[in-house]
Amino acid sequence: MTEFLNDWGITVLVFLPLVGALLMMFIPAKDEESHKLIALLTTVATALVGIALFSEFDFDRTADLQFDVNTSWISVVNANYHVAIDGMSLPLIALTLLVVPLVIIYSWNHIPDPGNAKMFLMLILVLHTGMLGSFVAQDIVLFFVFFEVVLLPMYFMIGVWGGPDRLYASIKFFLYTLFGSALMLVAFLALYWNTGSQTFDMQELASLVAERDIPLGTQVLIFGGMFLGFGIKVPMFPFHTWLPDAHTQAPTQGSVILAAVLLKLGTYGFVRIAIPILPEAAVEWAPWIGLLAVIGIIYGALGCLAQTDMKRLIAFSSVAHMGYVMLGIATLTPFGINAAIFGMVAHGLITGMLFFIAGSVKDRYHTLEIKRLGGLLVQAPKMGWILGFCTMASLGLPGLAGFWGEFPAILAAYNPADGVSTSLFRVYMVIAAIGTVFAAGYLLWLLQRTAFGTPSDEFADDPEITDMNMTEWIAWTPFLVLIVLFGFVPGIIFDITDGAVVESLKTLAR
Amino acid sequence: MLSLLAQIDQVPFIRPEIDWHAVAPELILLGLGALVTTLDLIFLERIRRFMPTLTGLTFLVPLIPILTLWNDSESLPRSMFDGAYVVDRYSLALKILFLLSGYLVVLLATDYMAEGDYYDSEFYQLISASILGMVVMSSARDLISIFVALELISIPAYLMAAWRKRDLKSNEAGLKYMLMGVFASAIMLYGMSILYGVSGSTNLAVIAQSDILRSGTRSIVTLAVVFTIIGFGFKVSAVPFHTWAPDTYEGAPTPLTAFLAVASKAAGFVALMNVVLVALPPQATVVEPLMWVLSAVTMTVGNLIAIRQTNIVRMLAYSGVAQAGYMLAPLAVYGQTFNETNPANAIVNYLLVYAAMNFGAFAVVLLVARKTRSGEISSFGGLMNYAPGLGAAMTLFLFSLAGIPPVGGWWAKFQIFNVLTQNPSFFGISLAVIAAINSVFAAYYYLNIAKQMWFMPEPNEDHTPIGFPAPLATALAITVVATIVFGILPGITGDLSDFTTLAGR
Repeated sequence: MTEFLNDWGITVLVFLPLVGALLMMFIPAKDEESHKLIALLTTVATALVGIALFSEFDFDRTADLQFDVNTSWISVVNANYHVAIDGMSLPLIALTLLVVPLVIIYSWNHIPDPGNAKMFLMLILVLHTGMLGSFVAQDIVLFFVFFEVVLLPMYFMIGVWGGPDRLYASIKFFLYTLFGSALMLVAFLALYWNTGSQTFDMQELASLVAERDIPLGTQVLIFGGMFLGFGIKVPMFPFHTWLPDAHTQAPTQGSVILAAVLLKLGTYGFVRIAIPILPEAAVEWAPWIGLLAVIGIIYGALGCLAQTDMKRLIAFSSVAHMGYVMLGIATLTPFGINAAIFGMVAHGLITGMLFFIAGSVKDRYHTLEIKRLGGLLVQAPKMGWILGFCTMASLGLPGLAGFWGEFPAILAAYNPADGVSTSLFRVYMVIAAIGTVFAAGYLLWLLQRTAFGTPSDEFADDPEITDMNMTEWIAWTPFLVLIVLFGFVPGIIFDITDGAVVESLKTLAR
Repeated sequence: MLSLLAQIDQVPFIRPEIDWHAVAPELILLGLGALVTTLDLIFLERIRRFMPTLTGLTFLVPLIPILTLWNDSESLPRSMFDGAYVVDRYSLALKILFLLSGYLVVLLATDYMAEGDYYDSEFYQLISASILGMVVMSSARDLISIFVALELISIPAYLMAAWRKRDLKSNEAGLKYMLMGVFASAIMLYGMSILYGVSGSTNLAVIAQSDILRSGTRSIVTLAVVFTIIGFGFKVSAVPFHTWAPDTYEGAPTPLTAFLAVASKAAGFVALMNVVLVALPPQATVVEPLMWVLSAVTMTVGNLIAIRQTNIVRMLAYSGVAQAGYMLAPLAVYGQTFNETNPANAIVNYLLVYAAMNFGAFAVVLLVARKTRSGEISSFGGLMNYAPGLGAAMTLFLFSLAGIPPVGGWWAKFQIFNVLTQNPSFFGISLAVIAAINSVFAAYYYLNIAKQMWFMPEPNEDHTPIGFPAPLATALAITVVATIVFGILPGITGDLSDFTTLAGR
């Protein structure tokens, strides 16, 4: 068993969802129940493979790549099929493995218009493969392929099952991301040639860059290309404009996956590829990344205050929250990057949850206009309380997961890595801290306007407005439990990530 | 004059050594083509419906000697006629590409021709002739053989473009194509004649060694180089010499459009590569900036105009113009990069992937047009609802054309970027950045078709299913598999790296 997991575990993990999607291809679209069942079984099986891998994972050496598989893939350019898991990717893989089955459970009675469960679920499974592949890839060409694979299903999910402006939102999402990744690919290739055209392996590239005297200017430019690719995906201010559109128009399931996992591909790219490989350039870029991060925090918060649509508000809050993650990353310290990874997981759980609630509210009220909502606590008290819980978690209340993503990131800015201006980052720290006040403001205001008060006349006697149903309980409970658990015992994640983060920053220390 | 004739008398004629194994593919293609024509003349109507099958076989049989040559790798490269005709892995791979392209065109044309009441037998014979020209082109390393091959490719194509003779658009297509083609040939021939005049030879390798080409920039040489390249610019539809392409593509019979957009363009690129990479390395300082401009302008203009198209064939035509721009890009840095990644390798890889995805897209266009009788992009509306398999296949081709992994196109683009970034010069990197930005423009119009298929309702609420004639279904299956395999296991084409043993290297 152990041997099988070592050699094949990750490959099975990544491609199992694709096998499920292929299977579904041969079943007629009318048979919706079988499609749902196959999709669920596939994702649960994938999660079980994941659990088997995690149980074999050696938590004493999280800094090492485990279940390492490295075989030749494209020999002409020395690109390998190199996959492995370490402490940095493990929490994000776990998050993906958790979110996707729950999204499929939620889909059980929430297939958005115009229906066609077969296609919808197949796309989610393809997305699953793309996301898992991106997190396990240790070769930048392989990473690039998986990173792009997620574009296609997401584009169709927004475009087919999205809201009224779905055409605009889907193409905007696609072109923005493609723009970033095309320049990122140029950067990857420039890196390849500058390191002597030997390998695309992430770890080997890191040591090659350290060995060779690549001019700092070249490094800064290559980092710039990667920055565009990852920064658009995060999204960082000023590249964030695709996000509110995509989120608002996407179906609930799409929004949840987008918020919970896809945005993390960008931040993960920074901590896994850009910073370890080009540490010197990262030091040059850090003040700018930090600046854009804090602008994002404040801008996202102000954007939230101006929104009239609940889903759009949550989308803008993502911009702010990813700002904290990027601030943590910009400090280039183990402390900051640990906080950032925690922030990714916490944001995935909390914002994913908020989008679930928004979707369910939309199902019942057929609108998300904040002005028309109100009195959720009266009409659907349990859902109202869950919304209250999630807003608390989102604004960073100590004791819930959100706190451990934000607070350490702010704290890390007090003392950034050597070579990065301390005084500048202390200014950023103050701004980010002010941002948390804004966050409390817009989130509580949202809660107040939607959950408190009495229902407006148009919805007062609407029989469609009911409290939680079974699929919602099943899909949401794990999120809620984990938000509390990580809030009280943040060490679960920090212990896993710390080793790998310190290892990844060792090129910086030299 | 008399003294010249007297000289000829004194030189004894020596029959050149002919390597029969190496020319076997061409001879078989020629022989079978002649045989099929003869059969057609004898049996007339009775054999007409077997013509596509017979022509298809004509293209498949020569693959046998090609594969035996490929396996006999020790004997490669084989060279004949003082290096005017070279068989190496590069040319063998191209021959495979052209023969399979011919086969696919036959598959695409079978039902189109049978249903359209055209002169179908003659069409297949002309295709054979044109493919023979391409196979010869792969090995041609001499200005004369290149020119002869190019005309052998083009003249049948002029005829075929005007095949629907009662259709004004088809007449326009044929006439425009012929006039522009002849014009281009004239310009090219002028350039070639100067090249011969200054270097004293038509053999590309000898031209490369000539003193005048090696002695830096001279206006007469520059003139020759520029004229020759402009001639090829017409053939590969590089901007600003692309104006014939959209009208010809729209008016010609659609299977022929696929043939022009893929095979004929590929042949133009082969000619261009042979001349630039074998004969003109000493003139890199002239050729590179010219190629840089041609490439940048071609991809940008092609993409920007393609965005505005409402007819799918015209859109594919302009997208083909843009793709030619990407393929020209490696030639903008060929002087600096020859030793490590070879620009020819990137272009040939691109051509292989491009052939698979473009033929596939044309197969879908043909299938949809059989039902809708329309070439408008809006006629693709709702395809995912009533023909999900076909829609999914088209989606694959479109994403491949846009260069999104995991389907083939990304590898083609990757190779281009790979060559451009090799020597970190402003020249290469800036073109790579332009190409990257262009791929975003391109994605917009490719996705526009995907949008129609996935997001839009059927026009006229017409849900009748699409019929799948066997030849088109076969073509679709071949191209889908090829597009996916090129994307997931790019090593298959990537192994052609040791490939260009172009003569003189």
